[in-house]
Amino acid sequence: MTSAPNSYENILELNDLQTSFFTKDLEVKAVDGVSFAIPKGKILGVVGESGSGKSITSLSILRLLKEPGKIVGGEIKFKGENLLDKSEANMRKIRGNEISMIFQEPMTSLNPTFTVGQQISEAYKIHQGLNKKQAKQRSVDMLKLVGIPSPEKRVNQYPHELSGGMRQRVMIAMALACNPELLIADEPTTALDVTIQAQILDLIKDLQERLGMGVLLITHDLGVVAETCDYVAVMYCGKVVEYTDTKTLFKDAKHPYTVGLMKSIPQHDQDIEGDLAVIRGSVPSPAEMPKGCRFAPRCPFATELCREKLPDLVTDEEGNQIRCWIYSDEWDGDPEVNVHAETERTTESY
Amino acid sequence: MQKQKELLKVTDLKQYFPIKGGILGRTVNHVKAVDGVSFTVYEGETLSIVGESGCGKSTTGRAILRLDEPTSGEVEFDGKNLLAYNKKEMNKIRKNMQIIFQDPYASINPRHTVRQILTEAMEIQNSVPKNERNDRVIELMETVGLGPHQADRLPHEFSGGQRQRIGIARALSVDPQLIIADEAVSALDVSIQAQVINLLKKLQREFKLTYLFISHDLGVVRHISDRIIVMYLGKIVEIADKKSLFENTMHPYTTALLSAIPSTDVEKKKERIILKGDVPSPIDPPKGCRFHTRCPFATDLCRTETPELRTADGMLEGHMAACHYMEDIKAGKHQPTTV
Amino acid sequence: MFKFIIRRIIQTIPVLIGVSILVFSMMHLVPGDPAQIMAGESAPKEQVENIRERLGLNDPLPVQYFNYVKDAVQGDLGNSMRSGRDVTTEIGARFWVTLELAIYSTVLAVFVGLIVGVISATKRYSFADTSLMIIALFGLSMPNFWLGLMLIQWFAIGIDLPSWVPFINDTSWFKPSGWGSFAQVVLPVVTLGTASAAIIARMTRSSMLDVIDQDYIRTARAKGVKERVVIYRHALKNALIPVVTVVGLQFGGLLGGAVLTESVFAVNGMGKLIIDSIRARDFPVVQGTILVVALLFIFVNLAVDITYRYLNKRIDLD
Repeated sequence: MTSAPNSYENILELNDLQTSFFTKDLEVKAVDGVSFAIPKGKILGVVGESGSGKSITSLSILRLLKEPGKIVGGEIKFKGENLLDKSEANMRKIRGNEISMIFQEPMTSLNPTFTVGQQISEAYKIHQGLNKKQAKQRSVDMLKLVGIPSPEKRVNQYPHELSGGMRQRVMIAMALACNPELLIADEPTTALDVTIQAQILDLIKDLQERLGMGVLLITHDLGVVAETCDYVAVMYCGKVVEYTDTKTLFKDAKHPYTVGLMKSIPQHDQDIEGDLAVIRGSVPSPAEMPKGCRFAPRCPFATELCREKLPDLVTDEEGNQIRCWIYSDEWDGDPEVNVHAETERTTESY
Repeated sequence: MQKQKELLKVTDLKQYFPIKGGILGRTVNHVKAVDGVSFTVYEGETLSIVGESGCGKSTTGRAILRLDEPTSGEVEFDGKNLLAYNKKEMNKIRKNMQIIFQDPYASINPRHTVRQILTEAMEIQNSVPKNERNDRVIELMETVGLGPHQADRLPHEFSGGQRQRIGIARALSVDPQLIIADEAVSALDVSIQAQVINLLKKLQREFKLTYLFISHDLGVVRHISDRIIVMYLGKIVEIADKKSLFENTMHPYTTALLSAIPSTDVEKKKERIILKGDVPSPIDPPKGCRFHTRCPFATDLCRTETPELRTADGMLEGHMAACHYMEDIKAGKHQPTTV
Repeated sequence: MFKFIIRRIIQTIPVLIGVSILVFSMMHLVPGDPAQIMAGESAPKEQVENIRERLGLNDPLPVQYFNYVKDAVQGDLGNSMRSGRDVTTEIGARFWVTLELAIYSTVLAVFVGLIVGVISATKRYSFADTSLMIIALFGLSMPNFWLGLMLIQWFAIGIDLPSWVPFINDTSWFKPSGWGSFAQVVLPVVTLGTASAAIIARMTRSSMLDVIDQDYIRTARAKGVKERVVIYRHALKNALIPVVTVVGLQFGGLLGGAVLTESVFAVNGMGKLIIDSIRARDFPVVQGTILVVALLFIFVNLAVDITYRYLNKRIDLD
């Protein structure tokens, strides 16, 4: 970090990123103008349900999208430089080296025909030009770092010989091998049991603090966000609807979708009398995307304005961002509306 | 607590799956998926089984319905011994006990319309006269919150949440007494999950259903259950009414499980217990208490002697846990033996 | 792995017994009296009786079978009725000719099939993919004796084409018959290998397409691995697993195909030997040849299984 060409505050900055999937006669805007930033050495959580575009966003950053997905606009600034301007060869030098990624399914994310050691070594060989022996030694060190017992033995094992939690540790070891400055973790604990999830989240947080890297944590689990992240971006239908620091979000969420999401999750540490609050209906299909606010058809507060015009993502003086008409001067509904109290009363789902 | 009618009584249920091996493909060992589980489900209640993958919770559900033939034990439903029934009698009794799976799409025929799916069960059980079946289909669809106009659509035209509603409607179509819900809401997005949970609760009120609710999600379980069973490696470690389980947790595994769940309460800084290592293999489960390999409180006694389920002082009636030291741990007299 | 090989070898024993019983009973399943057939229709009774006695046909069946197996294990498969030489010698040299033909064809088929399959898969739905798969479909559907005849016509005998068409007009490159020299080997190998190459290509394509979508391929890319390495190192090794099985089955098929190919190209191998022997009703030779082919087939399958195990680490080796 001695001779950075540009000075930058944020390790990663997305500006109006747009990613679409093209079918014969339809453009599905999976990521529809997403902007957020990860300050150096911080953890940003991106939450959203399926179809929110959170995973596509993460794949777009490393430019790992497969056909027919395509980045159609915006900027991805990593250390101040736009990754979309880089050649494929230069991108390869960044992948697994400066930006690493771990995925949801530890069971299928490792190659079944290579040993754990071979797979971690590969990163060292590609990015640091180490020989086989050095790379293997470093792999053993890495396995030790991520808390795998008897790493000298494990390094020669195949993925199927390891448990799910162990495999995710191997994935983390592989991702962190070259000391990346940014780690993208796409639902890293979703496939794991809670006691193992606790281990893995603990590990990611610990390593993040020790290595000082930025982390982009994609998840659908608000609990995971609350316990690990510094900042949160809530996504809905390809757009960020709310961005704030974690504390503020959980104390005072503003967007009706965020509030609805929080109220609809039954918690293990509190009782809820009667029915759960629900968000009516379901996520609209890409073919019938509402033209106004994407959430309007499900929102208990939606007005004519919401249905007709898409609100902007507005930044307040504290840097928090919100995409909702309720908080604008143009709001045409009840000026005294209480999002939290009203949401609680929405329990009928149809 | 008033004395309720016992609807389902499971006694010492065991489910061992053979492992074939050796030159001649003989059975060389067993996966002891469920190893001596006993509990009772009372009429009209929701009893949940929670635990991590491999604890045997789903296997228990399948063994009760004899979807997999249990190795040994007794399953009494409404006073009748199910394991003594032959196939035909069993099929008949299945009318009274239905199962809902995690992935509704995998459990319904993708080429059948909703109407066909719903009438099929009625045909098999012959529970509804032919000329009334159509009305019944419409009624069922309305009950689970689907529109009658959707009756002739195929499963793939529905979203995940709607498909789970179809699964529920199918289970309801034969008027069952007991519904076993095997991770029925686990695959759904949270906003949809809440809808389905509310639906399940509403149906229970309306039709006086009894639920055996199998899940790994303690949040959902806390919301939906009356009583809860916690399983670990094929055995019950704790069984209690909801309040006792969450507020007077006795077993160290339950405590660890609860503390591992990330909380959205950012104000409350709780103490996290992070269990070391993985769940051991159910092929050769640890001797003594099965949890001793990961338990911070384990002693030599735990490594040799299997603790029985019991009610200690200070526990309500019906609250049982299987731990040698639970009173002492609770009183702070028994400290962690490992760091 | 060693334990697995031992177990796999032990498992072939029942197969061997089955094959020997089948081959043995062939003699007895043929309509009519084998001794009569051997002696000829107009042979005198005593002569038939003589043959019967000499071949042990008067013994009870189990005894006959036991004797047959005992001799076979010692390499004695009886004597040819045409030449009088013992069957083992008759098969001897021809065995290697057929084995060579089958191995060369397999090597060709695997080589071409894998390359075509990988190209097709990585360029899915492209012009190259579509054309290669159409060609493969032709290769698959073409009877190999017809392909053989065409190849002889074009490359070894020559057809009237304008002189500017290269290569084809020069018929000195390939010979239409026999075995041994390069010029003789090429056409039969191509004839026999084409269908297998097509099958392997299609199999490799679908297997590759399956593997390319796997999460671990994405992991490799996210690591910064070059696309070429992703395909040939990470993907192909996994994609080969089902292909290996097909290659093994194809090899068995090639032994059958060799019968026709050898006839078309007048190659003096086991295929031709079988045809000639069947025509001459030379039962001991037919029996012996089938037994040898069956053994070869079993052996190849054993090799395939072992390779499969080696590639597929997910199967527990014990």
